[in-house]
Amino acid sequence: MSTTTDRFARTLGWASLALGAAQVTAPDAVTRLAGVDDSPAARGVTRLAGGRELMHAGVLLGGRAPARWAWTRVAGDALDLALLGRALAGRRGERRRRVAFATAAVAGVTALDLICAVRGTRSGPAPIELRASITVNRPREEVYRFWRDLENLPAFMAHLESVRPVGQGRSLWTARGPMTDVRWEAEIVEDRTGERIAWNSVRGAAVTTNGTVSFTAGPAGRGTVVDVAMEYTVPGGALGTAFARLLGEHPGQQVRDDLRRFKQVMETGEVVRSEGSPEGTRALRQLRQHPAQPVGGRS
Amino acid sequence: MKATCWTGRNSVEVLDVPDPRMLNARDAVVRVTSTAICGSDLHLVDGYIPTMKKGDILGHEFMGEVVEVGPEVRNLRPGDRVVVPFPIACGGCFACEDGLYSLCENSNPNAGMAEKLMGHSPAGVFGYSHMLGGFAGGQAEYARVPFADVGPIKIEDDLPDEKVLFLSDILPTGYMGAEMCDIKPGDTVAVWGAGPVGQFAVAGAHLMGAERVICVDRFPYRLRYAERAGAEVLDYEQVDVLDALRDMTGGRGPDACIDAVGLEAHHPTPAMYAYDRAKQATRMETERPYALREAIMACRNGGVVAVVGVYGGLVDKFPMGAIMNRSLTLRAGQCHVQRYMRPLLERIRAGDIDPSFVVSHRLPLSEAPRGYELFKNKLDDCNKVVLTP
Repeated sequence: MSTTTDRFARTLGWASLALGAAQVTAPDAVTRLAGVDDSPAARGVTRLAGGRELMHAGVLLGGRAPARWAWTRVAGDALDLALLGRALAGRRGERRRRVAFATAAVAGVTALDLICAVRGTRSGPAPIELRASITVNRPREEVYRFWRDLENLPAFMAHLESVRPVGQGRSLWTARGPMTDVRWEAEIVEDRTGERIAWNSVRGAAVTTNGTVSFTAGPAGRGTVVDVAMEYTVPGGALGTAFARLLGEHPGQQVRDDLRRFKQVMETGEVVRSEGSPEGTRALRQLRQHPAQPVGGRS
Repeated sequence: MKATCWTGRNSVEVLDVPDPRMLNARDAVVRVTSTAICGSDLHLVDGYIPTMKKGDILGHEFMGEVVEVGPEVRNLRPGDRVVVPFPIACGGCFACEDGLYSLCENSNPNAGMAEKLMGHSPAGVFGYSHMLGGFAGGQAEYARVPFADVGPIKIEDDLPDEKVLFLSDILPTGYMGAEMCDIKPGDTVAVWGAGPVGQFAVAGAHLMGAERVICVDRFPYRLRYAERAGAEVLDYEQVDVLDALRDMTGGRGPDACIDAVGLEAHHPTPAMYAYDRAKQATRMETERPYALREAIMACRNGGVVAVVGVYGGLVDKFPMGAIMNRSLTLRAGQCHVQRYMRPLLERIRAGDIDPSFVVSHRLPLSEAPRGYELFKNKLDDCNKVVLTP
């Protein structure tokens, strides 16, 4: 996503903040300017619109990639235009002139918002890039060997159901998606013993993914540093990703937790369980814990 | 089985819950014979530690008899009598190998939650919120003990429960507070908080050769306990602590200060107390750090402030200027209990210390809620409650 578009979006955010603050603190001045000060409802409506502007400001100034949030402003503009359209119909003379001027101004701003929002989303479903590192207190060879046996991956990667080798460096991966299982074929494209493994999904797979994991000796013999970098595009594009996030499976958290479980398996022999998440942790499980008491027939 | 459960803020109930079930190959199940209520349990009950869930079993100080061991536990067998340390530690990670058991890198399945609040995650702890693992606690008839091949210490002679139970937390915690002070001959150590941990910090400081130990609290009966452990005492509602400590140390201040109070401290001036109480109630800070602030201000130039009182999150009005400009060393930590259990058990056996002096109330497990009530409100001169299932 371009940084110019994000800067543009931030400017719109500041504009929302200024307008929202004015609407909330001095609604009368705003209604006068817009020519609707004759309506008894105008003051309340302006305050509400001001609150909405402040929400736009919140998401545009608070987010890391604000451009796509300009869509919220576009929606707000549509609402404002509808309200102003109604106001225009019932007014004559000086007031009508002011309402018309306000409508033109909002229409101009709508165009800007639209440009920003479209630019912000046009880059399309950018692949999700994930990085995470962990230090495992085991020798490099051993850590590499465990990972290289891809059938081990589901033991610590919560979203993976299974990885089945199908020969010639290829394997069939099955993952639990938010709705249904997702399957794809991947192949190992680089394999340097004890150092690095890289894989790609094969052409035509439902999930486009590639990743590398590298193993380096920690400083002064402190185990093995495992660095993972992954990229993938999920079915459903940006919408699928947003949906997955809504369900609590934030991909960044997921990969960090995966590595943590990998470390547990390497250092303690298995994934550590507690009464709060007796089936082993998933990112989802961290949010919806079982009470910390034994799970049994009754509870 | 019966278990003491957190059922909401200021609400503890003994409920029927399922019996523990093995979840990992290195688990053991212990039939609890004695368990205690810790001052830090009060922080949970009072609602200051986030990520508690209704139904969570409380308790991290317990001991008992092993009734079942997982296939990977080779050093214990059913019938063994064990004391269980409160931090859960795997023994195989970098932190454990370094003796920093309360920082075990593998024992908190919910490390992701703790990282959000603290940057990195400490070890999992029995019965101490989901952020610290979501492990069922030990104030129950039975408890599952993960990494049973690393933590529990076998008691092979006939020492009664009350002499060894506190190896699980408060004895090593107080002792580590004193150890962090790097006590040298002639040193004066001041301890804030005359609760059981403070009392053991007093005892620990003496074991390490402190010349004088001064203990600060406001409950006369608790100050008497501290006196019995060998401290001179200051009642902060009667005297100005900073002045008194200056007077007692030739104007220098104590060489080391131990905060054995933590996040629910009290202040003798109502306005000062109200200030932090209000900020805490509105979650603008999570702690009321009076003891810590005072310990820092009191400490002599170049001295050590050791924190073993529990803090959960953010502290306000923290005298960083005093720490920096006066070259103070601030040390802190949840106790690395596993590191101290064996040497302290030896000292108990040798008669150097008898930790059972802290016990004031013995109640059946079914009366745990009353135990919490007595302990929290310091009723009936309550100092330490031991529950027996």
